[in-house]
Amino acid sequence: MTSYALVLADGTVPARSQMGASLGFHIIFACFGIAFPAVVLIAHWLGLRRGDAVALLLARRWSKVMAVIFAVGAVSGTVLSYELGLLWPGLMGRFGAAFGIPFSIEGIWFFVEAIFTGIYLYGWRGLSPWLHWWSGVPIAVTGLLGAWAVVAANSWMNQPGGFTLTDGRITSVDPWAVIFNSASSYEVPHMILAAYMVASLLTAGVYAVGMLRGRWDRYHRLGFLIPFAVGAVAAPIQVFVGDIAARMIASQQPQKFAAMELVDRTGTNVTEWLGGIYWNGQVYFGVGIPDLDSILVGFSPNTTVIGWDAAPPELRPPLPNLIHLAFTGMVGIGTALVVLGAWQGWVWWFHRRVPRTRWFLVPAALSGVGAVLAMELGWIVTEVGRQPWTVYGVLLTRDAVTPAGGVIITLAVTLVIYLVLTGVCIVVPWLMGRRWRAEGDPRLVEDQATPYGPPVERVREVRS
Amino acid sequence: MSPSPELIAVTVVLFVAIAAYALFAGADFGGGIWDLLAGSTRRGAVPRAAIDASVTPVWEGNHVWSIFVLVILWTAFPPAFAAIMTALFAPIALSLLGIFLRGLGFAFRHEAERLHMQRLNGALFAASSLMAPFFLGTVIGAVATGAVPAAPSGQVLSAWTSPTALVTGGLFVATCAYIGAIYLVADSEQRKQPEMMRYFSYRAIAAGVVSGVLAAVNLLLMRASSPYTFDRLVGPALPLVVVSVVAGIAALVLVVLRRMHLMRIAAGLAVAAVVAGWGWAQYPWLLPGSLTLQAGSAPSASLWAELAVAGLAVVFVLPPFAWLYWLQQHGRLQESEISESLRLARATTSEPVVPASPAPVHHEHRLVTTVLIASLATELVRQVLERRRSRRG
Repeated sequence: MTSYALVLADGTVPARSQMGASLGFHIIFACFGIAFPAVVLIAHWLGLRRGDAVALLLARRWSKVMAVIFAVGAVSGTVLSYELGLLWPGLMGRFGAAFGIPFSIEGIWFFVEAIFTGIYLYGWRGLSPWLHWWSGVPIAVTGLLGAWAVVAANSWMNQPGGFTLTDGRITSVDPWAVIFNSASSYEVPHMILAAYMVASLLTAGVYAVGMLRGRWDRYHRLGFLIPFAVGAVAAPIQVFVGDIAARMIASQQPQKFAAMELVDRTGTNVTEWLGGIYWNGQVYFGVGIPDLDSILVGFSPNTTVIGWDAAPPELRPPLPNLIHLAFTGMVGIGTALVVLGAWQGWVWWFHRRVPRTRWFLVPAALSGVGAVLAMELGWIVTEVGRQPWTVYGVLLTRDAVTPAGGVIITLAVTLVIYLVLTGVCIVVPWLMGRRWRAEGDPRLVEDQATPYGPPVERVREVRS
Repeated sequence: MSPSPELIAVTVVLFVAIAAYALFAGADFGGGIWDLLAGSTRRGAVPRAAIDASVTPVWEGNHVWSIFVLVILWTAFPPAFAAIMTALFAPIALSLLGIFLRGLGFAFRHEAERLHMQRLNGALFAASSLMAPFFLGTVIGAVATGAVPAAPSGQVLSAWTSPTALVTGGLFVATCAYIGAIYLVADSEQRKQPEMMRYFSYRAIAAGVVSGVLAAVNLLLMRASSPYTFDRLVGPALPLVVVSVVAGIAALVLVVLRRMHLMRIAAGLAVAAVVAGWGWAQYPWLLPGSLTLQAGSAPSASLWAELAVAGLAVVFVLPPFAWLYWLQQHGRLQESEISESLRLARATTSEPVVPASPAPVHHEHRLVTTVLIASLATELVRQVLERRRSRRG
């Protein structure tokens, strides 16, 4: 008990929990900021191009959901940028000159995104159809660029570069080397694909639930197929990118990789463990495939994989079992999502429809949750695997944390804040959905009277 | 050794971003404050709808200026950023809470189904519009008075609870209300609502007078609490102070004369000149008395990177920002007329949900205002007493 109190008083635990909790929530909202506009624009494009009233209705409704989630994402992003300073003055004060540059670039993209979001969301009536569609395109583009900038900042923490330290202070900076650090080439695409999977599969899941409840109209089928197609395309690419990322980590951050794969001793012919818990030199409850880990790292059983015995205990990542299980879980879910996407692809190719069996629909309804889980597990691998460093090999976490008291209070407040934000993101679209289904609400008329495209009557016809 | 040109340039960019935040997001905060003071549901329905229509499409874009300020500060002046964030942990966390509640209000506002939910939501939104500028004001006040040490070992409570800092907080609230009301007058003119135009004119004048009084009090307090900043304010920075005063008064005259464009320009100039005057008064200190621009700045490559970012921002951000405002000013950005009129209809005519007794929301509004004013007053009294005690001791 006293030791626990000491750990709390130490300061890094509450600060790390707060940062972890904030990031863990924010990243879900961020996914919608990055990827959801593209999904909305696809529906919108179909609606305009083919005069498809149902697609247009979907786009219009999704844009309302987008408004809510974007507001939440903007707030939570602000909370995070403040927290960087409030919790980690040691990081910002010493490395802000380098670390801040990608964030400044993100500032531009976020700004452009916010402006065009304002125009797109409130421009349904005031702009001509195609001008309105084009006003949405910058949102999707800046979402990608912004994700690139922020993830580049994180990958800089994993592979810091582009600066010279003299007496613990940065004396010169090479902005290009900071922005294009060596970890960004795989972290950035990995995260962007994850964002596309999360946003699209969560959206598709809503309509899969509708179909499970017997709502098989075109509105639900289209609402499922558009986002699910996006997720199904992203999933296999993601597996490919993830494979490259793991190999890069093996060479750039061997300690993290050792924890991910439970490699305790450096050597060749290393076994790949699926699941399993490491205890006193043995792995229990895991499926071990001999030599596979070496093959995955260097395409040959004779490849040497560095184990965690290569570093002194105080510089090894804590909790290798957590890191390993998180990694295995992420890979497992990702693979399952590829299979699910391929199933829908097969049925669509030959029958042009959505599989009607519950064996497909139940996993499809849960696919978004699975994608979120996989992404969170991935972040656990990245962040816990980087410990005890905040900036890999340069700044220890205990040196970065704030000396200000009261972090426990802000931790509690932050948790409440994020729970409320998550609640908003779930409850508000749910309320909207309920309202859209309900007859007799005057706002429904307004919702269905799409500003351009076919008249209301046709929408009714198609839906029924 | 005088600061390098790129350092001066980045500092100017920083202050431009601060001024822009004050002018745009400040006006949105001001809208929230007038929402708070708009009175009962029935009476306040029309002004609330006007505020809503003016603020909703643009607030997110405006909010981003704060992110800009933050990233410039931490990239170009990392030690100052770390010092401010550590010493002023509490007010910054509180202003952040305000920003959070406000965003939440926007997200929920149009979806809150029942009236009491809408009211709670409106109360949250309005209270947060007070909180955020007030605590940000205390932060600026603390920095300007030189109360932030260069390497604080923890929070410095006295830094932002000094009378000067608290009055600066009040000044920020009043200024937001002022600039918000000025813009709302112009917006009402655009929407051809003479009633609302008069409504916000009175409020603009009142807020302008209050801002002026608070600014004068602040200047007097500064004379004692931060002689350095005061001397420079009445010395080299005096022209900017004069510009601000003249422009502020001119804006009030222009409100009466109904000259919309000039009025907005004058009010904006008044605010921008205050920000510039503050910056110039602090020069060459970043944290007066403890950290100079020179000592607190990042290596020159980072500064150049920030300037490049500012250049990119001019290219990428300004045209769409101008388009956004053009569309908003020409009434091309709207939610949906029906839900708007539904809101009005619900609020003004039948009100089947609410009993005839006075709405509970007043109490929430008043409670929040009272608590804020009371805490401000007690703090001031406490400070005065403490000062006297220390003088005796």
